[in-house]
Amino acid sequence: MYTVTKNTRLISYALMLVGLIATIFGFVNDAHRAWPSLMVNNYFFLGISAFAIFFIALQYASEAAWATPFKRVAEGITSYFIVGGIIMLFIIFAGKMHWNHIWHWMADGIMDPNDEHYDAIIAGKEGYLNFPFFFLRAVAYILGWWYAAKRLIALSRREDTEGGLKSYKASITTSVIFIVFFGYTSSMMSWDWIMSIDTHWFSTLFGWFVFSSMGVTGFTMIAMIAIFLKRKGYLEQVNENHIHDLGKWIFAFSILWTYMWFSQFMLIWYSNIPEEVTYYMARWDNYNALFWITSIINFIFPLLILMSRDSKRNFGYVMTVGVIVLIGHWCNVFLLIEPGVMKDHWHIGFTEIGMFAGFLGLFLFIVNKALTKAPLFVKNHPFADESVHHHI
Amino acid sequence: MSKKVIYGIFDDEEVLLDSNKEVRSEDISIKEVYTPFPVHGLDHALGLERTRLAIAAFIYGAIGCALAIWMTYYIMILDWPQNIGGKPSFAYYLNMPAFVPIIFEMTVLFAAHLMVITYLFKSKLFPGQESSSPDPRTTDDKFLMEIESDDDKKISDLLKKTGATEINVKDIA
Repeated sequence: MYTVTKNTRLISYALMLVGLIATIFGFVNDAHRAWPSLMVNNYFFLGISAFAIFFIALQYASEAAWATPFKRVAEGITSYFIVGGIIMLFIIFAGKMHWNHIWHWMADGIMDPNDEHYDAIIAGKEGYLNFPFFFLRAVAYILGWWYAAKRLIALSRREDTEGGLKSYKASITTSVIFIVFFGYTSSMMSWDWIMSIDTHWFSTLFGWFVFSSMGVTGFTMIAMIAIFLKRKGYLEQVNENHIHDLGKWIFAFSILWTYMWFSQFMLIWYSNIPEEVTYYMARWDNYNALFWITSIINFIFPLLILMSRDSKRNFGYVMTVGVIVLIGHWCNVFLLIEPGVMKDHWHIGFTEIGMFAGFLGLFLFIVNKALTKAPLFVKNHPFADESVHHHI
Repeated sequence: MSKKVIYGIFDDEEVLLDSNKEVRSEDISIKEVYTPFPVHGLDHALGLERTRLAIAAFIYGAIGCALAIWMTYYIMILDWPQNIGGKPSFAYYLNMPAFVPIIFEMTVLFAAHLMVITYLFKSKLFPGQESSSPDPRTTDDKFLMEIESDDDKKISDLLKKTGATEINVKDIA
Protein backbone atom coordinates (compact mmCIF):
# COMPACT_ATOMS: atom_id res chain seq x y z
CA MET A 1 0.00 0.00 0.00
CA TYR A 2 1.12 3.49 -0.86
CA THR A 3 1.37 6.10 1.86
CA VAL A 4 1.73 9.78 1.08
CA THR A 5 4.90 11.14 2.64
CA LYS A 6 4.78 14.27 4.70
CA ASN A 7 6.81 16.22 2.15
CA THR A 8 4.53 15.29 -0.73
CA ARG A 9 1.52 16.35 1.27
CA LEU A 10 3.17 19.60 2.34
CA ILE A 11 4.05 20.43 -1.27
CA SER A 12 0.46 19.92 -2.40
CA TYR A 13 -0.79 22.04 0.53
CA ALA A 14 1.70 24.78 -0.31
CA LEU A 15 0.64 24.75 -3.97
CA MET A 16 -3.01 24.91 -2.98
CA LEU A 17 -2.26 27.84 -0.67
CA VAL A 18 -0.53 29.70 -3.50
CA GLY A 19 -3.53 28.91 -5.68
CA LEU A 20 -5.97 30.17 -3.09
CA ILE A 21 -4.06 33.43 -2.71
CA ALA A 22 -3.84 33.80 -6.48
CA THR A 23 -7.57 33.13 -6.86
CA ILE A 24 -8.54 35.66 -4.22
CA PHE A 25 -6.04 38.17 -5.57
CA GLY A 26 -7.22 37.52 -9.12
CA PHE A 27 -10.89 38.01 -8.41
CA VAL A 28 -10.36 41.07 -6.26
CA ASN A 29 -7.88 42.62 -8.66
CA ASP A 30 -9.54 41.90 -12.00
CA ALA A 31 -12.39 39.41 -12.12
CA HIS A 32 -12.65 39.70 -15.88
CA ARG A 33 -9.14 38.26 -16.11
CA ALA A 34 -9.51 35.73 -13.29
CA TRP A 35 -12.48 33.86 -14.81
CA PRO A 36 -10.79 32.72 -18.03
CA SER A 37 -7.73 31.86 -15.96
CA LEU A 38 -9.93 29.64 -13.77
CA MET A 39 -11.39 28.08 -16.91
CA VAL A 40 -7.95 27.42 -18.47
CA ASN A 41 -6.50 25.80 -15.37
CA ASN A 42 -9.60 23.83 -14.52
CA TYR A 43 -10.02 22.56 -18.05
CA PHE A 44 -6.36 21.57 -18.25
CA PHE A 45 -6.59 19.16 -15.31
CA LEU A 46 -10.14 18.12 -16.19
CA GLY A 47 -8.82 17.00 -19.59
CA ILE A 48 -6.02 15.00 -17.99
CA SER A 49 -8.36 13.17 -15.66
CA ALA A 50 -10.98 12.58 -18.37
CA PHE A 51 -8.29 11.11 -20.56
CA ALA A 52 -7.23 8.77 -17.77
CA ILE A 53 -10.74 7.26 -17.85
CA PHE A 54 -10.39 6.80 -21.59
CA PHE A 55 -6.96 5.25 -21.07
CA ILE A 56 -8.31 2.60 -18.69
CA ALA A 57 -11.22 1.86 -21.02
CA LEU A 58 -8.86 1.59 -23.97
CA GLN A 59 -6.79 -1.09 -22.26
CA TYR A 60 -9.93 -3.12 -21.52
CA ALA A 61 -11.48 -2.71 -24.95
CA SER A 62 -8.27 -3.76 -26.69
CA GLU A 63 -7.58 -6.45 -24.04
CA ALA A 64 -4.07 -5.09 -23.70
CA ALA A 65 -1.74 -6.31 -20.98
CA TRP A 66 1.11 -3.84 -20.96
CA ALA A 67 -0.59 -1.11 -18.93
CA THR A 68 -1.79 -3.37 -16.14
CA PRO A 69 1.06 -2.66 -13.65
CA PHE A 70 0.28 1.06 -13.53
CA LYS A 71 -3.45 0.75 -14.06
CA ARG A 72 -4.00 1.98 -10.52
CA VAL A 73 -2.11 5.17 -11.35
CA ALA A 74 -4.63 5.95 -14.09
CA GLU A 75 -7.44 5.02 -11.71
CA GLY A 76 -6.03 7.46 -9.19
CA ILE A 77 -5.93 10.25 -11.77
CA THR A 78 -9.59 9.70 -12.69
CA SER A 79 -10.59 10.49 -9.10
CA TYR A 80 -9.85 14.16 -9.80
CA PHE A 81 -12.41 14.19 -12.59
CA ILE A 82 -15.52 14.93 -10.57
CA VAL A 83 -13.87 17.87 -8.79
CA GLY A 84 -12.90 19.44 -12.11
CA GLY A 85 -16.35 18.62 -13.47
CA ILE A 86 -18.14 20.41 -10.64
CA ILE A 87 -15.94 23.49 -11.02
CA MET A 88 -16.67 23.40 -14.74
CA LEU A 89 -20.42 23.32 -14.12
CA PHE A 90 -19.96 26.22 -11.72
CA ILE A 91 -18.13 28.24 -14.39
CA ILE A 92 -20.93 27.54 -16.87
CA PHE A 93 -23.56 28.52 -14.31
CA ALA A 94 -21.58 31.69 -13.54
CA GLY A 95 -21.59 32.47 -17.24
CA LYS A 96 -25.36 32.35 -17.30
CA MET A 97 -25.49 34.59 -14.24
CA HIS A 98 -23.21 37.02 -16.12
CA TRP A 99 -20.55 36.79 -13.43
CA ASN A 100 -18.18 35.96 -16.23
CA HIS A 101 -18.25 36.66 -19.96
CA ILE A 102 -16.43 33.62 -21.28
CA TRP A 103 -19.22 32.60 -23.64
CA HIS A 104 -20.21 35.55 -25.75
CA TRP A 105 -23.45 33.90 -26.90
CA MET A 106 -24.77 33.92 -23.31
CA ALA A 107 -25.01 37.73 -23.42
CA ASP A 108 -28.50 39.17 -22.94
CA GLY A 109 -30.45 40.06 -26.06
CA ILE A 110 -27.90 38.67 -28.46
CA MET A 111 -30.52 36.38 -30.00
CA ASP A 112 -33.33 38.93 -29.92
CA PRO A 113 -33.89 40.68 -33.27
CA ASN A 114 -35.24 43.79 -31.53
CA ASP A 115 -32.25 44.21 -29.25
CA GLU A 116 -29.32 46.46 -30.04
CA HIS A 117 -26.91 43.57 -29.28
CA TYR A 118 -28.62 41.32 -31.82
CA ASP A 119 -26.20 39.09 -33.73
CA ALA A 120 -27.82 37.22 -36.62
CA ILE A 121 -25.08 34.57 -36.85
CA ILE A 122 -25.26 33.70 -33.18
CA ALA A 123 -29.08 33.78 -33.26
CA GLY A 124 -28.91 31.19 -36.04
CA LYS A 125 -27.17 28.82 -33.62
CA GLU A 126 -29.83 29.11 -30.95
CA GLY A 127 -31.08 25.59 -31.48
CA TYR A 128 -27.80 24.22 -30.17
CA LEU A 129 -26.33 27.08 -28.18
CA ASN A 130 -29.05 27.82 -25.65
CA PHE A 131 -28.40 27.67 -21.95
CA PRO A 132 -30.73 24.83 -20.81
CA PHE A 133 -29.52 22.45 -23.52
CA PHE A 134 -25.92 23.57 -23.02
CA PHE A 135 -26.04 22.99 -19.29
CA LEU A 136 -27.82 19.68 -19.71
CA ARG A 137 -25.15 18.49 -22.12
CA ALA A 138 -22.39 19.49 -19.72
CA VAL A 139 -24.10 17.54 -16.94
CA ALA A 140 -24.50 14.56 -19.26
CA TYR A 141 -20.81 14.50 -20.21
CA ILE A 142 -19.63 14.86 -16.66
CA LEU A 143 -22.05 12.35 -15.16
CA GLY A 144 -21.57 9.87 -18.00
CA TRP A 145 -17.80 9.91 -17.77
CA TRP A 146 -17.82 9.92 -14.02
CA TYR A 147 -20.17 6.95 -13.91
CA ALA A 148 -17.88 4.99 -16.26
CA ALA A 149 -14.86 5.82 -14.11
CA LYS A 150 -16.65 4.81 -10.92
CA ARG A 151 -17.85 1.58 -12.42
CA LEU A 152 -14.47 0.60 -13.88
CA ILE A 153 -12.77 1.29 -10.55
CA ALA A 154 -15.44 -0.62 -8.62
CA LEU A 155 -15.08 -3.60 -10.94
CA SER A 156 -11.31 -3.50 -10.55
CA ARG A 157 -11.62 -3.48 -6.75
CA ARG A 158 -14.11 -6.34 -6.88
CA GLU A 159 -11.68 -8.29 -9.02
CA ASP A 160 -9.04 -7.85 -6.29
CA THR A 161 -11.24 -9.49 -3.69
CA GLU A 162 -13.27 -11.99 -5.69
CA GLY A 163 -11.04 -13.04 -8.56
CA GLY A 164 -12.34 -14.83 -11.61
CA LEU A 165 -13.08 -13.43 -15.03
CA LYS A 166 -16.50 -11.97 -14.24
CA SER A 167 -15.27 -8.49 -13.35
CA TYR A 168 -12.90 -8.39 -16.28
CA LYS A 169 -15.62 -9.23 -18.78
CA ALA A 170 -17.98 -6.68 -17.27
CA SER A 171 -15.17 -4.12 -17.52
CA ILE A 172 -14.78 -4.82 -21.23
CA THR A 173 -18.50 -4.22 -21.84
CA THR A 174 -18.45 -1.00 -19.83
CA SER A 175 -15.30 0.16 -21.62
CA VAL A 176 -16.64 -0.44 -25.09
CA ILE A 177 -19.85 1.44 -24.37
CA PHE A 178 -17.89 4.21 -22.70
CA ILE A 179 -15.49 4.61 -25.63
CA VAL A 180 -18.38 5.05 -28.06
CA PHE A 181 -19.98 7.55 -25.69
CA PHE A 182 -16.68 9.33 -25.15
CA GLY A 183 -15.99 9.47 -28.88
CA TYR A 184 -19.09 11.58 -29.41
CA THR A 185 -19.14 13.49 -26.18
CA SER A 186 -15.46 14.47 -26.09
CA SER A 187 -15.94 16.17 -29.44
CA MET A 188 -19.16 17.81 -28.35
CA MET A 189 -17.53 18.90 -25.11
CA SER A 190 -14.84 20.71 -27.07
CA TRP A 191 -17.42 22.45 -29.29
CA ASP A 192 -19.50 23.43 -26.29
CA TRP A 193 -16.94 24.55 -23.78
CA ILE A 194 -14.15 25.80 -26.00
CA MET A 195 -15.19 26.34 -29.61
CA SER A 196 -18.33 28.27 -28.68
CA ILE A 197 -16.13 30.90 -26.97
CA ASP A 198 -15.32 32.12 -30.49
CA THR A 199 -18.99 31.80 -31.36
CA HIS A 200 -18.89 32.85 -35.01
CA TRP A 201 -16.06 30.57 -35.92
CA PHE A 202 -16.13 26.80 -36.35
CA SER A 203 -13.76 24.05 -37.34
CA THR A 204 -14.69 20.47 -38.12
CA LEU A 205 -11.56 18.87 -36.70
CA PHE A 206 -11.66 20.89 -33.51
CA GLY A 207 -12.78 17.94 -31.39
CA TRP A 208 -9.83 15.81 -32.43
CA PHE A 209 -7.46 18.68 -31.89
CA VAL A 210 -8.66 19.15 -28.34
CA PHE A 211 -8.70 15.40 -27.78
CA SER A 212 -5.09 15.03 -28.97
CA SER A 213 -4.03 17.72 -26.53
CA MET A 214 -5.87 15.89 -23.76
CA GLY A 215 -4.10 12.73 -24.87
CA VAL A 216 -0.61 14.15 -24.68
CA THR A 217 -1.15 15.61 -21.22
CA GLY A 218 -2.97 12.48 -20.02
CA PHE A 219 -0.24 10.07 -21.07
CA THR A 220 2.40 12.43 -19.72
CA MET A 221 0.72 12.68 -16.36
CA ILE A 222 0.32 8.89 -16.11
CA ALA A 223 4.00 8.41 -17.00
CA MET A 224 5.19 11.08 -14.58
CA ILE A 225 3.18 9.79 -11.64
CA ALA A 226 4.27 6.22 -12.39
CA ILE A 227 7.92 7.32 -12.42
CA PHE A 228 7.37 9.34 -9.26
CA LEU A 229 5.96 6.29 -7.47
CA LYS A 230 8.71 4.12 -8.89
CA ARG A 231 11.34 6.47 -7.48
CA LYS A 232 9.62 6.35 -4.10
CA GLY A 233 10.13 2.59 -4.16
CA TYR A 234 6.59 1.55 -5.12
CA LEU A 235 5.41 -0.09 -8.33
CA GLU A 236 8.29 -2.56 -8.49
CA GLN A 237 6.50 -4.31 -11.37
CA VAL A 238 6.85 -1.25 -13.59
CA ASN A 239 10.12 -1.21 -15.48
CA GLU A 240 11.61 0.62 -18.42
CA ASN A 241 9.58 -1.49 -20.86
CA HIS A 242 6.33 -0.03 -19.59
CA ILE A 243 7.71 3.50 -19.55
CA HIS A 244 9.03 2.89 -23.05
CA ASP A 245 5.51 2.19 -24.28
CA LEU A 246 4.13 5.23 -22.47
CA GLY A 247 6.91 7.27 -24.05
CA LYS A 248 5.81 6.01 -27.45
CA TRP A 249 2.30 7.20 -26.71
CA ILE A 250 3.52 10.65 -25.65
CA PHE A 251 5.61 10.79 -28.82
CA ALA A 252 2.80 9.60 -31.07
CA PHE A 253 0.16 11.88 -29.58
CA SER A 254 2.50 14.85 -29.83
CA ILE A 255 2.82 14.13 -33.54
CA LEU A 256 -0.96 13.72 -33.79
CA TRP A 257 -1.44 17.05 -32.03
CA THR A 258 0.95 18.74 -34.43
CA TYR A 259 -0.81 17.14 -37.36
CA MET A 260 -4.17 18.45 -36.17
CA TRP A 261 -2.74 21.86 -35.34
CA PHE A 262 -1.22 22.22 -38.75
CA SER A 263 -4.15 20.75 -40.69
CA GLN A 264 -6.46 23.27 -39.10
CA PHE A 265 -4.04 26.14 -39.49
CA MET A 266 -2.93 25.54 -43.05
CA LEU A 267 -6.37 25.11 -44.58
CA ILE A 268 -7.58 28.30 -42.97
CA TRP A 269 -4.41 30.21 -43.81
CA TYR A 270 -4.49 29.02 -47.39
CA SER A 271 -8.14 29.59 -48.19
CA ASN A 272 -8.09 32.93 -46.36
CA ILE A 273 -11.88 33.17 -45.93
CA PRO A 274 -12.67 36.12 -43.67
CA GLU A 275 -15.03 34.34 -41.29
CA GLU A 276 -12.53 31.54 -40.71
CA VAL A 277 -9.34 33.51 -40.65
CA THR A 278 -10.42 35.85 -37.84
CA TYR A 279 -9.73 33.03 -35.40
CA TYR A 280 -6.09 32.95 -36.38
CA MET A 281 -5.81 36.70 -36.84
CA ALA A 282 -6.72 37.14 -33.18
CA ARG A 283 -3.91 34.77 -32.23
CA TRP A 284 -1.45 35.98 -34.83
CA ASP A 285 -1.82 39.66 -33.97
CA ASN A 286 -2.08 39.61 -30.20
CA TYR A 287 -0.50 36.32 -29.14
CA ASN A 288 2.14 36.03 -31.82
CA ALA A 289 5.15 34.80 -29.85
CA LEU A 290 3.15 32.49 -27.58
CA PHE A 291 1.28 31.08 -30.57
CA TRP A 292 4.42 30.05 -32.44
CA ILE A 293 6.45 28.99 -29.42
CA THR A 294 3.61 26.72 -28.25
CA SER A 295 3.32 24.96 -31.57
CA ILE A 296 7.06 24.51 -31.83
CA ILE A 297 7.83 23.26 -28.32
CA ASN A 298 4.93 20.82 -28.37
CA PHE A 299 6.30 19.34 -31.57
CA ILE A 300 10.09 19.66 -31.55
CA PHE A 301 10.84 18.59 -27.97
CA PRO A 302 8.85 15.35 -27.90
CA LEU A 303 9.96 14.61 -31.47
CA LEU A 304 13.68 15.01 -30.97
CA ILE A 305 14.01 13.92 -27.35
CA LEU A 306 11.69 10.93 -27.41
CA MET A 307 12.60 9.65 -30.85
CA SER A 308 15.30 7.22 -29.81
CA ARG A 309 14.65 4.01 -27.95
CA ASP A 310 17.17 4.75 -25.23
CA SER A 311 15.60 8.06 -24.24
CA LYS A 312 12.11 6.53 -23.94
CA ARG A 313 13.59 3.96 -21.56
CA ASN A 314 15.30 6.64 -19.48
CA PHE A 315 13.11 7.90 -16.64
CA GLY A 316 14.93 11.23 -16.46
CA TYR A 317 14.37 11.97 -20.14
CA VAL A 318 10.68 11.07 -19.95
CA MET A 319 10.28 13.31 -16.88
CA THR A 320 12.05 16.21 -18.63
CA VAL A 321 9.91 15.90 -21.74
CA GLY A 322 6.87 15.53 -19.49
CA VAL A 323 7.49 18.89 -17.82
CA ILE A 324 8.07 20.61 -21.18
CA VAL A 325 4.98 19.04 -22.71
CA LEU A 326 2.77 19.93 -19.75
CA ILE A 327 3.88 23.57 -19.97
CA GLY A 328 3.46 23.55 -23.75
CA HIS A 329 -0.04 22.12 -23.60
CA TRP A 330 -1.03 24.46 -20.82
CA CYS A 331 -0.09 27.27 -23.24
CA ASN A 332 -2.15 25.48 -25.88
CA VAL A 333 -5.23 25.47 -23.65
CA PHE A 334 -4.50 29.11 -22.84
CA LEU A 335 -4.52 29.89 -26.57
CA LEU A 336 -7.76 27.97 -27.05
CA ILE A 337 -9.64 29.93 -24.43
CA GLU A 338 -8.09 33.33 -23.72
CA PRO A 339 -8.11 35.04 -27.17
CA GLY A 340 -11.89 34.69 -27.43
CA VAL A 341 -12.45 36.18 -23.98
CA MET A 342 -9.60 38.60 -23.28
CA LYS A 343 -8.88 39.69 -26.89
CA ASP A 344 -5.64 41.71 -26.70
CA HIS A 345 -5.78 42.35 -22.94
CA TRP A 346 -4.24 39.06 -21.96
CA HIS A 347 -1.62 38.42 -19.30
CA ILE A 348 0.31 35.53 -17.93
CA GLY A 349 1.05 36.72 -14.46
CA PHE A 350 0.50 35.79 -10.85
CA THR A 351 -3.23 35.17 -11.38
CA GLU A 352 -2.67 32.61 -14.14
CA ILE A 353 0.46 30.89 -12.82
CA GLY A 354 -0.70 30.99 -9.21
CA MET A 355 -4.03 29.42 -10.13
CA PHE A 356 -2.18 26.79 -12.12
CA ALA A 357 -0.16 26.01 -9.00
CA GLY A 358 -3.38 25.82 -7.00
CA PHE A 359 -5.01 23.38 -9.38
CA LEU A 360 -1.80 21.35 -9.57
CA GLY A 361 -1.77 21.14 -5.78
CA LEU A 362 -5.42 20.13 -5.67
CA PHE A 363 -4.86 17.57 -8.41
CA LEU A 364 -1.83 16.06 -6.67
CA PHE A 365 -3.59 16.04 -3.32
CA ILE A 366 -6.65 14.20 -4.63
CA VAL A 367 -4.67 11.79 -6.79
CA ASN A 368 -2.23 10.97 -4.01
CA LYS A 369 -5.10 10.37 -1.64
CA ALA A 370 -6.87 8.13 -4.13
CA LEU A 371 -3.70 6.12 -4.72
CA THR A 372 -3.53 5.16 -1.04
CA LYS A 373 -6.99 3.58 -1.14
CA ALA A 374 -6.01 0.37 -2.94
CA PRO A 375 -2.85 -1.70 -3.49
CA LEU A 376 -0.85 -0.22 -6.37
CA PHE A 377 -0.62 -3.56 -8.12
CA VAL A 378 -3.82 -5.28 -9.20
CA LYS A 379 -4.51 -8.75 -7.89
CA ASN A 380 -6.38 -11.39 -9.92
CA HIS A 381 -6.25 -9.34 -13.12
CA PRO A 382 -6.07 -11.89 -15.95
CA PHE A 383 -3.12 -10.05 -17.51
CA ALA A 384 -1.26 -9.32 -14.27
CA ASP A 385 1.36 -11.98 -14.88
CA GLU A 386 1.78 -11.28 -18.58
CA SER A 387 2.18 -7.57 -17.96
CA VAL A 388 5.00 -8.08 -15.46
CA HIS A 389 6.93 -9.94 -18.16
CA HIS A 390 6.22 -7.27 -20.72
CA HIS A 391 9.31 -6.96 -22.86
CA ILE A 392 9.96 -4.86 -25.93
CA MET B 1 38.84 -34.68 -38.03
CA SER B 2 36.92 -32.71 -40.61
CA LYS B 3 34.76 -29.70 -39.86
CA LYS B 4 31.08 -30.49 -39.76
CA VAL B 5 27.85 -28.53 -39.73
CA ILE B 6 25.13 -29.66 -37.36
CA TYR B 7 21.47 -28.83 -37.85
CA GLY B 8 19.29 -29.13 -34.78
CA ILE B 9 15.59 -29.03 -35.57
CA PHE B 10 13.05 -27.88 -32.99
CA ASP B 11 9.27 -27.97 -32.84
CA ASP B 12 8.71 -25.07 -30.51
CA GLU B 13 10.16 -21.58 -30.25
CA GLU B 14 10.31 -21.62 -26.45
CA VAL B 15 12.39 -24.81 -26.50
CA LEU B 16 14.59 -23.26 -29.17
CA LEU B 17 15.13 -20.16 -27.04
CA ASP B 18 16.11 -22.20 -23.98
CA SER B 19 18.37 -24.40 -26.05
CA ASN B 20 19.96 -21.29 -27.51
CA LYS B 21 20.88 -20.00 -24.09
CA GLU B 22 22.17 -23.43 -23.05
CA VAL B 23 24.36 -23.77 -26.14
CA ARG B 24 25.75 -20.28 -25.78
CA SER B 25 26.51 -20.80 -22.11
CA GLU B 26 28.74 -23.73 -23.18
CA ASP B 27 30.77 -21.28 -25.29
CA ILE B 28 29.68 -22.81 -28.56
CA SER B 29 29.02 -20.26 -31.27
CA ILE B 30 25.77 -20.59 -33.18
CA LYS B 31 26.16 -19.82 -36.84
CA GLU B 32 22.55 -19.10 -37.69
CA VAL B 33 18.98 -19.84 -36.63
CA TYR B 34 16.14 -20.24 -39.13
CA THR B 35 12.55 -19.76 -38.00
CA PRO B 36 9.21 -19.55 -39.80
CA PHE B 37 8.29 -16.31 -37.99
CA PRO B 38 10.09 -13.69 -35.91
CA VAL B 39 10.73 -15.11 -32.44
CA HIS B 40 10.57 -12.48 -29.72
CA GLY B 41 13.81 -12.31 -27.75
CA LEU B 42 15.79 -14.49 -30.15
CA ASP B 43 18.15 -11.68 -31.18
CA HIS B 44 18.87 -11.12 -27.51
CA ALA B 45 19.38 -14.85 -26.85
CA LEU B 46 21.76 -15.06 -29.81
CA GLY B 47 23.68 -12.07 -28.51
CA LEU B 48 23.15 -10.09 -31.69
CA GLU B 49 23.88 -6.39 -31.73
CA ARG B 50 20.88 -4.05 -31.82
CA THR B 51 19.88 -3.02 -35.30
CA ARG B 52 21.05 0.42 -36.42
CA LEU B 53 18.26 0.66 -39.00
CA ALA B 54 16.50 3.31 -36.89
CA ILE B 55 19.55 5.59 -37.06
CA ALA B 56 19.72 5.08 -40.82
CA ALA B 57 16.01 5.91 -41.07
CA PHE B 58 16.55 9.17 -39.19
CA ILE B 59 19.37 10.15 -41.52
CA TYR B 60 17.29 9.28 -44.61
CA GLY B 61 14.39 11.29 -43.26
CA ALA B 62 16.67 14.25 -42.61
CA ILE B 63 18.00 14.02 -46.16
CA GLY B 64 14.46 13.90 -47.56
CA CYS B 65 13.45 16.86 -45.42
CA ALA B 66 16.45 18.94 -46.48
CA LEU B 67 15.97 18.04 -50.13
CA ALA B 68 12.29 19.00 -50.01
CA ILE B 69 13.10 22.35 -48.41
CA TRP B 70 15.68 23.06 -51.08
CA MET B 71 13.35 21.82 -53.83
CA THR B 72 10.37 23.96 -52.82
CA TYR B 73 12.66 26.94 -52.32
CA TYR B 74 14.31 26.56 -55.69
CA ILE B 75 11.15 25.82 -57.68
CA MET B 76 8.66 28.14 -56.01
CA ILE B 77 10.76 31.09 -54.83
CA LEU B 78 14.08 31.29 -56.61
CA ASP B 79 13.58 30.02 -60.11
CA TRP B 80 10.00 30.85 -61.01
CA PRO B 81 7.89 32.61 -58.35
CA GLN B 82 4.22 32.24 -59.13
CA ASN B 83 1.18 33.86 -57.65
CA ILE B 84 -0.96 30.99 -56.46
CA GLY B 85 -4.11 32.03 -54.64
CA GLY B 86 -2.53 35.34 -53.70
CA LYS B 87 0.01 33.68 -51.44
CA PRO B 88 3.28 35.56 -50.91
CA SER B 89 5.95 34.13 -53.18
CA PHE B 90 8.90 36.45 -52.59
CA ALA B 91 10.32 35.03 -49.40
CA TYR B 92 10.50 31.43 -48.36
CA TYR B 93 9.37 31.87 -44.77
CA LEU B 94 6.22 33.74 -45.83
CA ASN B 95 5.03 30.90 -48.01
CA MET B 96 6.44 28.10 -45.84
CA PRO B 97 3.13 26.66 -44.51
CA ALA B 98 2.14 25.74 -48.06
CA PHE B 99 5.30 23.66 -48.39
CA VAL B 100 4.97 21.72 -45.16
CA PRO B 101 2.91 18.88 -46.73
CA ILE B 102 5.58 18.50 -49.41
CA ILE B 103 8.37 18.49 -46.85
CA PHE B 104 6.47 15.96 -44.77
CA GLU B 105 5.79 13.66 -47.72
CA MET B 106 9.36 13.79 -48.95
CA THR B 107 10.66 13.01 -45.46
CA VAL B 108 8.39 9.97 -45.23
CA LEU B 109 9.16 8.88 -48.79
CA PHE B 110 12.90 8.99 -48.24
CA ALA B 111 12.84 7.41 -44.80
CA ALA B 112 10.49 4.58 -45.80
CA HIS B 113 11.89 3.65 -49.18
CA LEU B 114 15.55 3.95 -48.33
CA MET B 115 14.98 2.03 -45.10
CA VAL B 116 13.39 -0.87 -47.00
CA ILE B 117 16.17 -0.81 -49.58
CA THR B 118 18.81 -0.77 -46.83
CA TYR B 119 17.11 -3.68 -45.11
CA LEU B 120 16.95 -5.74 -48.31
CA PHE B 121 20.54 -4.89 -49.13
CA LYS B 122 21.84 -5.79 -45.67
CA SER B 123 19.84 -9.02 -45.63
CA LYS B 124 21.12 -9.85 -49.12
CA LEU B 125 17.62 -10.21 -50.49
CA PHE B 126 17.65 -9.62 -54.24
CA PRO B 127 15.40 -10.88 -57.03
CA GLY B 128 16.53 -14.39 -57.93
CA GLN B 129 18.43 -14.88 -54.67
CA GLU B 130 18.68 -18.53 -53.58
CA SER B 131 17.40 -19.27 -50.10
CA SER B 132 20.18 -19.88 -47.61
CA SER B 133 17.97 -22.04 -45.41
CA PRO B 134 19.28 -25.60 -45.30
CA ASP B 135 15.85 -27.05 -44.70
CA PRO B 136 12.63 -25.90 -46.39
CA ARG B 137 10.59 -26.98 -43.36
CA THR B 138 11.81 -23.82 -41.58
CA THR B 139 9.32 -21.91 -43.72
CA ASP B 140 6.50 -24.03 -42.33
CA ASP B 141 6.58 -25.19 -38.72
CA LYS B 142 10.16 -26.12 -37.77
CA PHE B 143 12.95 -24.15 -36.14
CA LEU B 144 16.52 -24.86 -37.13
CA MET B 145 19.77 -24.11 -35.34
CA GLU B 146 22.96 -24.24 -37.36
CA ILE B 147 26.29 -24.88 -35.62
CA GLU B 148 29.69 -25.50 -37.16
CA SER B 149 32.06 -27.64 -35.15
CA ASP B 150 34.65 -30.44 -35.26
CA ASP B 151 33.04 -32.35 -32.45
CA ASP B 152 29.63 -33.20 -33.85
CA LYS B 153 28.99 -35.87 -31.22
CA LYS B 154 29.15 -33.45 -28.32
CA ILE B 155 26.99 -30.86 -30.08
CA SER B 156 24.42 -33.42 -31.13
CA ASP B 157 24.09 -34.70 -27.59
CA LEU B 158 23.73 -31.20 -26.24
CA LEU B 159 21.05 -30.32 -28.78
CA LYS B 160 19.19 -33.57 -28.10
CA LYS B 161 19.35 -32.91 -24.40
CA THR B 162 17.97 -29.39 -24.77
CA GLY B 163 14.99 -30.50 -26.82
CA ALA B 164 15.89 -30.88 -30.50
CA THR B 165 13.59 -33.38 -32.20
CA GLU B 166 15.95 -34.14 -35.05
CA ILE B 167 19.69 -33.78 -35.69
CA ASN B 168 21.28 -33.71 -39.12
CA VAL B 169 25.04 -33.66 -39.56
CA LYS B 170 26.79 -32.72 -42.78
CA ASP B 171 30.42 -32.57 -43.81
CA ILE B 172 31.59 -29.27 -45.09
CA ALA B 173 33.06 -29.94 -48.48
